[in-house]
Amino acid sequence: MELARALPIPVSLSRGGLSTRACASPVACALAVSAFLASSFLPGSPLAAGALEAQERPHAFVGARILPVTGAEIPSGTLIAQGGRITAVGASDEIALPPDAVVHSVEGKVLMPGLVDSHSHIGGGDGGDASGAIHGEVRILDALNPLDDRLRTARAGGLTTVNIMPGSGHLMSGQTAYVKLRYGRRIEDMLICTDPLGEICGGMKMANGTNPMGNPTFPQTRARAAAVVRARFQAALEYREKVAAAGDDASRLPPRDLQLEALAQILDGTRMVHFHTHRHDDILTAIRLSEEFGFRVVLHHVSDGWLAADAIAEAGVGSSIILVDSPGGKLEAMNADYRTGAALERAGAQVGFHTDDGISDSRFFLRQAAVAVRAGMSREAALRAMTIENARMMDLGDRVGSLEVGKDADFIVLSGDPLSAYTRVEESWIEGIRVFDLDDPIDRAYAVGGYGLIPISERIGLNREGGR
Amino acid sequence: MNRFMRSTLTGRARSMAAVLFLFLALFGPAPAAVEAQVAVRGEMVHTVAGPPIPDGVVLIGADGRIEAVGPASEIQIPAGYRVLTGRVVTPGLVDGRSVVGLAGPLGVPHDQDQIETSNPIQPELRAFDGYNARDLLVEWVRVHGVTTLHTGHAPGALMSGQTMIVKPVGTTVGEAIVDSATMVAMTLGPEVAQLFSGRPGTRSRGVAMVRQELIRAQEYAARHAAASEDSRPPRDLKLETLARLLDGDLRALVTAHRVPEILAALRLREEFGLDMVLDGAAESYLLLDDIREAGIPVILHPPMARHSGAMENATFETARILRDAGIPVTIQSGYEPYVPKTRVLLFEAGPLVAYGFTMEEALALVTIDAARILRLDDRVGSLEVGKDGDIAIFDGDPMEYTTRVCAVIIDGIPVSEECY
Repeated sequence: MELARALPIPVSLSRGGLSTRACASPVACALAVSAFLASSFLPGSPLAAGALEAQERPHAFVGARILPVTGAEIPSGTLIAQGGRITAVGASDEIALPPDAVVHSVEGKVLMPGLVDSHSHIGGGDGGDASGAIHGEVRILDALNPLDDRLRTARAGGLTTVNIMPGSGHLMSGQTAYVKLRYGRRIEDMLICTDPLGEICGGMKMANGTNPMGNPTFPQTRARAAAVVRARFQAALEYREKVAAAGDDASRLPPRDLQLEALAQILDGTRMVHFHTHRHDDILTAIRLSEEFGFRVVLHHVSDGWLAADAIAEAGVGSSIILVDSPGGKLEAMNADYRTGAALERAGAQVGFHTDDGISDSRFFLRQAAVAVRAGMSREAALRAMTIENARMMDLGDRVGSLEVGKDADFIVLSGDPLSAYTRVEESWIEGIRVFDLDDPIDRAYAVGGYGLIPISERIGLNREGGR
Repeated sequence: MNRFMRSTLTGRARSMAAVLFLFLALFGPAPAAVEAQVAVRGEMVHTVAGPPIPDGVVLIGADGRIEAVGPASEIQIPAGYRVLTGRVVTPGLVDGRSVVGLAGPLGVPHDQDQIETSNPIQPELRAFDGYNARDLLVEWVRVHGVTTLHTGHAPGALMSGQTMIVKPVGTTVGEAIVDSATMVAMTLGPEVAQLFSGRPGTRSRGVAMVRQELIRAQEYAARHAAASEDSRPPRDLKLETLARLLDGDLRALVTAHRVPEILAALRLREEFGLDMVLDGAAESYLLLDDIREAGIPVILHPPMARHSGAMENATFETARILRDAGIPVTIQSGYEPYVPKTRVLLFEAGPLVAYGFTMEEALALVTIDAARILRLDDRVGSLEVGKDGDIAIFDGDPMEYTTRVCAVIIDGIPVSEECY
């Protein structure tokens, strides 16, 4: 993280001469890219040097309608970011601009927290294999590709923090990775944890229902699935007791078991379970398991959530939901309903949205909130479900998900209201660094499509390590 | 009501039509009842045929057709008409290409009739033999404003079968049908090799197989034409269908996403004189001159369809680029093998208004522009006197995801009166 912040960033580049919003076609945009790169991104460009200086100076975003999410909307506000954090946010006439501030006029725009996606499959990672149904020791961070194109389409969608998960084809497919969509060549540049060798860097993906069923190392019934999971958690309880009993005496420690170690973190409450579950009874089973072993859980997808809203609220567990454009696709999602968000809100349960990218494209994440409102959810709850509630489901509520002083300077600039179909994401900023700019021809190709036509060398760029 | 009755079918097609006449006589729609006398009044009526009408009225007569459109100040709503009101009134939407009715929501063999993998070339498969009018997704597209649906066999085979045009109403296909056989669904692309386990295994092989079958059909048609009544060769349903395709009685709906496949489609059109519509066409914006010169329309992929595989270079701007180049274009709800099992046409117009379309232009794209490409613009796609009484009523700007469809009327009959 600190590495990314310290790298030379040509922040003011794209406000230069080249505006491509009007380019006639993706091809024309692609052609414009070469000229853009040649003029601006050459190593040693004076702009690059200026950018480093710009990082240390406060940046003031002035005149936007600001939606802080945790506070009241500010009709004409100013946000100041410095050193990667928000140092001020409020009504423009109440905030004094520091004399050395780099001022960005965002009048007529809407500024809101960077979007937080609690369930995505971008980054080309994978998890457990067909050798078994439980892969608690498997980390997706060992397989993520920081250069994956879909990380960039996600930036174009306004996403800044993402829970990247292995799939749902296992009872436990592996450890998830909480990342910021910073530019980097190594996954370490993107992880929110600072030490993947010593820290917990994500949650644990679990699943029930039909996806993890199969032959022969997988369960064929729901009850068997629950029994397999219970047996592993029982083993983890015993492992944890042995570790505790050993105290400071290393000779009494059980042999280190990576899977039981990760399960023990779940039992300790330091690693969140992200539980894929669709059908009403599967939702209740996930809750039952979490109560039996006392682990913290977020329910994911929750297609039948509207049928189990009260039970979910009573259990006090969060739901990360996805609203798909028509019901079904598989039997257990037959009763999926747009109204699940509204039903959970009414019941008093915590609700977040997710993309499940590639089930839905990250560029349409804001649409989830609009569709939920269409089906009766309140606007306020829908905006929280894109941001702060997802952050809390990842234990990151103190750092991201709202615009508050001291929090990370992760925000997006929109051309209009976040729930409007007419609105475009114009800029995405992470820790005070612009990671997406619709005026940049390459970024634009990621926003509207057609980036595959741009040569990979230009897409990746020579000076892109730290963003722009 | 049916295009059968007005079309100029030839030869074998006429005998097939006779079978369907019988079918429709047995199961077809009852004549529109007097209940079809409906008046729709909207704070804004978008006729798509002219400027929007503030405080407008549309009257639909007992025959299910529009009898008057205009400002409320000029149109007297006759006594006895049922009046539906709403904020925004538009023509019912026209879905350029779908598989709804054949591909159900369950995703199990029980309700997946959109593609048959026993043979990559099966143009003889008729859409109406697989259409389930009671399918949940038929209702789903109806309550979201679709009143005319071009549906049928899915992409994925060299020739997967026929498409047809229905209105998403009724409990049998006979009640729904507008045109029983509209196009033959063809696909050129690597996805065919995937679905048919390497037979064909390459795109070139696929094109060769299509050409060979069309040549056989030319020879079959020639033998038939030359033979006397009692010496005709045995009837072959596949070649008979292909002969109709060669005649122009059926159109070729060719799913082709990438540049080489689109060019192969244009080559087939030239060689066999096919009446062609390009489907999907993700990279069509790279071949504007070729497509314009061919004079064929494009039923573009749903903008929100996944931009991966053959569609990796899809863009949200393609519809605008094609339109600006003078190529007839509409969008579609398309085909999805997984979730969402059908896309919603109205929602698919959303990305277009973010990138260059006005609301009115996006609305035209999914109404009259689609109707023209389907050659049904004399009946649907705009609110004009004499056209079908197909209407959607919204509680706001139709293109906003937060706006709901609060009523849908098909042939003058309200078929949905809840807000979705």
